[in-house]
Amino acid sequence: MTRISGLSVLLSLLLLPCAVTPAAAAVPPPPFAYRQIEDPAREAAAQELMETLRCLTCQSQSIADSDAPMAGSMRHEVRTRIAAGEDPEAIRNWLIRRYGDYVSYSPPVGAATWPLYAGPLVLLLLAGMLLRHRLGKRS
Amino acid sequence: MTRPVVILVIAALLGLAGFVALAAIKMQQPQDDFIRSAMIGQSLPAFALPVTGEGTGEQLNAAEFRDGKPRLLNVWASWCVPCIAEAPQLAELQRQGADIVGVAINDTQGNIAQFLADYGNPYSVVASDELSQLQLKIGSSGVPETFVIDGEGVIRYQHLGDIMERDVPVLMAELRKAGWQ
Repeated sequence: MTRISGLSVLLSLLLLPCAVTPAAAAVPPPPFAYRQIEDPAREAAAQELMETLRCLTCQSQSIADSDAPMAGSMRHEVRTRIAAGEDPEAIRNWLIRRYGDYVSYSPPVGAATWPLYAGPLVLLLLAGMLLRHRLGKRS
Repeated sequence: MTRPVVILVIAALLGLAGFVALAAIKMQQPQDDFIRSAMIGQSLPAFALPVTGEGTGEQLNAAEFRDGKPRLLNVWASWCVPCIAEAPQLAELQRQGADIVGVAINDTQGNIAQFLADYGNPYSVVASDELSQLQLKIGSSGVPETFVIDGEGVIRYQHLGDIMERDVPVLMAELRKAGWQ
């Protein structure tokens, strides 16, 4: 008896997500979430931008790579704006004004991001100094 | 090794130690996956969304938030499971006098009506945002989220995720800070 009830608990737990998904599936994604813009040049520009925008609900993916509803909404927004002739960088800035630098995979140089850009330069400089010192000693 | 080189090496080692320490501290802390809106302190951007349920045919727009009355703007969806969990807390906020405007994201009229019939309707008005347009405009990164909008239509506070019991007094306090009496 206990084994059966244990099994039924397990089964109901497994089936629980199924009870939730049909409602989500019944809602169609925004039109341009999965449909490309007809103009290939504009679609290419949209694709390039979408690959550098971070999905907000699945942060290790770009919105081009993610199937999350939020990513679909963002793709729709990007494609409609590009189709209307808007500049990709203007769209990136519009999103940054709403979500901060985090939404972009190419963060602008700012108070919090300058070490990203200065770090490699400083390391290169240090390596150069060390190398010059070593070579200078040898000759 | 000459002195400058020793100093360089020590600086590099200190830098490395600092990085390891920072990483170790960060790994101890619970991860905060929420992306906060950068729109706090700014006016609600212009928008127009169709009202659903009672008041169908009308539109919800930013101007309605500029009537002097602070409100809660709850972003939710019928397909969102945590939205079920926060339903009792929204009912409690309404009981305490909060005016809650609901915006359903990427949803259908039928599903919205069913959700409200099942879990209660704490909203003074419910609008449908099928394409997540308002959601993106106010910097909301998911459902559910609850914003405090003051009587001038300025976004004052953002609560991310479902409202738990402990968040009810926080949201009421934020409403009071926004001028609610």
